[in-house]
Amino acid sequence: MTLTPPAIVVEDIHKAYGELKAVDGVSFTVAEGEFFGILGPNGAGKTTTLEIVEGLRVPDGGSVRLLGENPFPRNVALLPRIGVQLQASAFFEKLTAREQLETFASLYGIDAKTAGEMLDLVGLTDKADTREDKLSGGQRQRLSIACALVHDPDVVFLDEPTAALDPQARRNLWDVLRAIQERGKTIVYTTHYLDEAEILCDRVAIMDHGRILAMDPPATLVRGLDAPTHVILERGSLSLEDARAIAGADDVHADEVSLTISTRTPAPVLSTLAERGTLDGLQVRTATLEDVFLDLTGREYRA
Amino acid sequence: MSGAFTSLSKAMAKGFFRDKATLFFSFIFPLMFLVIFGLLFRDAGAEKIKIGAVGDGPVLAALEQTGAVELERFDSVEVGVRKVRDGDLPGLVEATGDTVRLRFAASDQSRAGIVRGLVAGVTQELNVRASGQPPRFAFAAEQVEDASLKPIQYLTPGIMSWGIAVTAVFGAALTMVNWRRKQVLRRLRLAPITPSTVLSSRLTVTIAVAFVQALVFVGVALLPIFGLRLSGTWWLSIPVFLLGVLAFFAIGMLIGAFCKTEEAATGAANIVVLPMAFLSGTFFPIDAAPPWLQSVSKAFPLRHMNDGMMDFLVRGQDASALLVPCAVLVGFTLVVGFIASKVFTWEDS
Repeated sequence: MTLTPPAIVVEDIHKAYGELKAVDGVSFTVAEGEFFGILGPNGAGKTTTLEIVEGLRVPDGGSVRLLGENPFPRNVALLPRIGVQLQASAFFEKLTAREQLETFASLYGIDAKTAGEMLDLVGLTDKADTREDKLSGGQRQRLSIACALVHDPDVVFLDEPTAALDPQARRNLWDVLRAIQERGKTIVYTTHYLDEAEILCDRVAIMDHGRILAMDPPATLVRGLDAPTHVILERGSLSLEDARAIAGADDVHADEVSLTISTRTPAPVLSTLAERGTLDGLQVRTATLEDVFLDLTGREYRA
Repeated sequence: MSGAFTSLSKAMAKGFFRDKATLFFSFIFPLMFLVIFGLLFRDAGAEKIKIGAVGDGPVLAALEQTGAVELERFDSVEVGVRKVRDGDLPGLVEATGDTVRLRFAASDQSRAGIVRGLVAGVTQELNVRASGQPPRFAFAAEQVEDASLKPIQYLTPGIMSWGIAVTAVFGAALTMVNWRRKQVLRRLRLAPITPSTVLSSRLTVTIAVAFVQALVFVGVALLPIFGLRLSGTWWLSIPVFLLGVLAFFAIGMLIGAFCKTEEAATGAANIVVLPMAFLSGTFFPIDAAPPWLQSVSKAFPLRHMNDGMMDFLVRGQDASALLVPCAVLVGFTLVVGFIASKVFTWEDS
């Protein structure tokens, strides 16, 4: 751990809407420069947690220190240091991508030419003169992220930036998010795509029903599961008997298209398969955050 | 802070002028009313009563000279009487020798009265003249400029006030709802600017748009084909104009604070503005309306904006006439603006 003070310290925050406890005792700390993910299904309390940290909602109880300051009530001194990406429609009507960025920049007293730099960062340079309503879903998401970054904040909050995007657009956005992290920003982001968080985040908190169930680097969480590795072969490339005979194979089962070998020692299993020349169409699936979620909640993960 | 004000105003102005539907309803739609009514009523008040005439003689000649009637000649009495019976003409004058006979339609009492009076008057005057006696009683008539206005003179201030009011209400209400729904308000709240910057830039754009509207409407009405004549004190209408814009901006903010969707805001704005337009003298002079309606219309800010604009644009009133419309509009702005600020929320929740 470094000696720089953490960017965010959240202690035991609560927020209820009537009977519904949206956030029920959440605590976490985010270090400077960290890419922190809050994961969970819809309604887990991710967005409310984020909005409390941003200062947009006042919690019923608990405390938040954002860059050493209290974010609520509205803390004008803090605002230039944080960037919040909102839903991908938070644009001025009929303005082009560049004009949106120029307008937002001016709210922070920042030179309009930053707009070009931001467009470049999110890969929208060729769409600079396109009006917001003519942009695709992915382009709008990228523009809204650019709008959150235009004043060069220290901490960036992204709420479901990849929701409702097609796979290609999601991957494009991952590059943008990585580029932001490389600029030394602290990123806090929510998603319900566990696979994505596993790839992007330094550390994740898994939330459900307003509580954090687990919080660690994704790899640590997955390793902690001690789950078997699945080696998946094409059906027919190996008989069930032969598969069961492989040293290290704990369990073997087959369906119409594939044969799955579960093992805790994948290396010898794979070398045996290689010797037999049955590597065609082979897949290796290790445990994922979805398995972690299943393990934590006892139910299948559904976004 | 001034940078934020300027760029927000610019952003809103661009949004306004790039939206074709908004431009249509702000400029073309009110202008259509001005053009249609202006042309339709162009000759109102100048038309002469037409009466039928059969035969010839000094009475008919004298009638024509009055300039008040236009004679339609018929060859036979039967044809002329049929016209009267059908209601096409209010009366038929038959002059044969020294006898003048008037047949008039009974349905329209007042026009019949005018026709009877005219024909009888002309005949009696000729009788006096024929008798050679000097008239015992002298009769003198002179023209007075009356308060009733030519249609374009009341249509222009009325339609202009209405057009400006509609644009101010809809602009403020829809911006507010749209920005809240799309989280632009949240985005602004996250920027280091004050709410008054946002409010004042929106108001500035509304006033600027209203100013352009006023220039266009007055400019078109001044064209020779419509023939608007501005009074010498037209510039006194500027305070009324500004306060009127302010009052309707406040109404728009109130609607915007209440409504969650653009559809609801459009409906609410129509409910507020439409009755006002019909009952405040936009399309016809309110002086002609029954007294109870005139009392009702005094409750509307549009009525007072109309009155104020009319007083200075065309009636040439002096500054003392500023008091009532300005006081009412300021009062409206304060009350409605106060309620709007209490109801206002940054977000749907």
